[in-house]
Amino acid sequence: MLYGYAGHTLRIDLGNGTVEKEPLKQEWVDEFIGGRGFTAKILYDETPPGVDPLGSDNRVVIAMGPLSGLFLPAAGKTHFAAKSPATGGYGDSNMGGHFGVTMKYAGYDVTILTGRAIDPSYIFIDNDTVEIRPASHLWGKGSTEVEEILKTDLGREFQILTIGEAGERMVNFACISHDFGRQAGRTGIGAVLGSKNIKAIAVRGNKDIPVFDPKGLLKKGKATYAACREKPGFTGWTPEGTAGITNWCNDVGALPTRNFATSHCDYADKINGKAILDELKITDKGCFSCPIPCGKYGLAKTGKGSKYVEGPEYETLALVGSNCELSDIHGVAHVNWVCDELGLDTCSAGAVVAFALECYEKGLISKQEMGMEVKWGDLDSIVYLLEKIAKREGIGDVLADGVQKAAEKIGGDSAKFAIHVKGLEWTGYESRNAPGMMLGYMTADVGAHHSRCWVLGSDVANAVGGAADANVHDLISQGADFETIPKADHKHVVPLVLKSQHLRPAFDILGTCRLQYMEIGLETRYYEELYYHATGKKLDFNKDLLHLSEKIWHLNRMFNRREIPDFGRKYDYPPPRFYEEPIPSGPNKGHKVEFSVIEEMLDTYYKARGWDENGIPTKDTLEKFNLAVE
Amino acid sequence: MTLSFNYETCSGCRACELVCSLQNFKIINPSKAMLRVTAQFPDPGRYDVKICNQCGDCAEACPTGAIHRVKGTWRIDMKKCDGCLACVSACPEDVMMVNDDGMPYKCINCRQCADVCPRDALSFN
Ligand code: SF4
Ligand code: SF4
Ligand code: SF4
Repeated sequence: MLYGYAGHTLRIDLGNGTVEKEPLKQEWVDEFIGGRGFTAKILYDETPPGVDPLGSDNRVVIAMGPLSGLFLPAAGKTHFAAKSPATGGYGDSNMGGHFGVTMKYAGYDVTILTGRAIDPSYIFIDNDTVEIRPASHLWGKGSTEVEEILKTDLGREFQILTIGEAGERMVNFACISHDFGRQAGRTGIGAVLGSKNIKAIAVRGNKDIPVFDPKGLLKKGKATYAACREKPGFTGWTPEGTAGITNWCNDVGALPTRNFATSHCDYADKINGKAILDELKITDKGCFSCPIPCGKYGLAKTGKGSKYVEGPEYETLALVGSNCELSDIHGVAHVNWVCDELGLDTCSAGAVVAFALECYEKGLISKQEMGMEVKWGDLDSIVYLLEKIAKREGIGDVLADGVQKAAEKIGGDSAKFAIHVKGLEWTGYESRNAPGMMLGYMTADVGAHHSRCWVLGSDVANAVGGAADANVHDLISQGADFETIPKADHKHVVPLVLKSQHLRPAFDILGTCRLQYMEIGLETRYYEELYYHATGKKLDFNKDLLHLSEKIWHLNRMFNRREIPDFGRKYDYPPPRFYEEPIPSGPNKGHKVEFSVIEEMLDTYYKARGWDENGIPTKDTLEKFNLAVE
Repeated sequence: MTLSFNYETCSGCRACELVCSLQNFKIINPSKAMLRVTAQFPDPGRYDVKICNQCGDCAEACPTGAIHRVKGTWRIDMKKCDGCLACVSACPEDVMMVNDDGMPYKCINCRQCADVCPRDALSFN
């Protein structure tokens, strides 16, 4: 008996309409545990080499972990993966809400989609019944609209995921939406679903998930909820959620502003967590089983009407707010709503719009090409651009491929301020004076995403995170000179980056959120004990789980090498803006990262990883991790 | 003593459903819980949790007199219940549940949901 798992893989070939339900492979469970472990293994093994990300042979893999859906804090995460249309390499994205757990209650740990439906379709899953149904009535509609229609038609207990217009038109940063405000935003998996003609998946599940020791899990689950309550962050962090970090980022000169030209703005108070609570919030909205709900569901009121929207969370505040110089919280929330409806990742969308505004300002996109006069911080301009992108009209068609490919077409010096790594736009932490964070972004398997590594706390304060960071912020608020606070030395950041790169994705393997650990400090031993009661197996978090997390790092690097023809070191460089232009204003004024430092950090990092100087895992490394890949 | 619910702090996590099914049936299956979390989105954007408030309408509707009160809690005597499910249609909160075997079951005031609710949205008073 496989405890902790639903026990099945669902394979759907959309081309010929076949549905197969097979037992979950023991080999996957034994070696890769779940979630991100499964997606990495399956993508490598099952995606035909060289496949077109938007061609019918690409796979969409949806995977839950052994802790997903169980009685323990924040067991509601779903992991999605596909070969990414944004990077051409390994792409994944993690989503909260209630979708994955319901898939598990329906009996499926893993779902693999392949092929392409002839007509617009949605997938209907009601426990054992799986059907591919017509979706022409949903095509062209917005995400929440589709969710509402399907819930009304099928029943409120169905959990829905959908793509918006951007996914239908295969915009490279199209997201997957769920639960009126949760997304799997990054790496363009919404576009891959769109390429398969799949508008939505609806699922109902009412089966038990077998666990090894129900009584033990009951006791430990209760103890874990109780432990969360005891943490200061339980009441300190939860009210504002991720948005609570906005002022801190601004004060340490890490808030992307004006397309990452600078890292500080003078209106952070207007677009921070407090502004959300004062101006927007209706209710806290969390994921399945989460004791610290980070979602703030509210009402955005602008000249463009009143819109219900979950968020904005920090990344959206940074990328849509300061990075586009939009300083009005209702405006930011409205743009959040527009992105959600159109099915655009708010991180990349904010970065792409900011890039377009800078191109326009510099005359690289003419008014005629743009179709209207656009301005920084102007709600109309931003919404206009997003709609053009989602419809792939005019300049929108160029921008819809993301900043890297758009810069190739726009030309001039635009590649210098196309802020991405590997084709994926950078998220909310400007890193010119934060070497660890910079290295983390450079080397992440999916491109410039913070979900793989976050060491900004130790970068800005030479501390190891937690309380020390808070003190630094207090000092700055009291007027301390930020410049004199000792910063991390780039020579010492590699071990911290590696640790973070293994730790953060570890929760994606288990199928839980990481924020209970990261933000309120729930100790890893709780996960070990919960895992034991769930599966009957021992797991040493620091040894076994982090070892697997490291192994996945090598596997995904090999996936990128296989799929991207000239893959290697040059794919790890940050955009020229960060090593050519000193930050013009704010606490980090005058700082840039020297190219020699970038090279030095990469040398040290590759060595520590067991990769050659071009950043490719050596034979020895692959053998050591028992990876039979080439 | 009855269970009461405050929508203002509920974040829809369903820990209450999870603990209810695990405590009372030793299974992980929130759909079997004796309370039901419902989400009202996009408009007006709030959660409601359907709970048994021990109103006794089920007992009144029961033709066999199987539902009786034990220290403030209405309980079903399964020896007397004939499975007619009159109680299910009588329950104004829609929380008289039906098991896979077709028999009704309901909240027994075990308090676990209120104990676990991380948002203190459920309480006993
Ligand atoms: S912290 Fe936020 S993202 Fe994580 S489970 Fe809770 S609500 Fe979801
Ligand atoms: S009091 Fe007990 S039986 Fe009643 S709903 Fe709560 S957990 Fe379930
Ligand atoms: S446990 Fe509390 S917060 Fe969570 S759904 Fe139930 S009542 Fe709401």
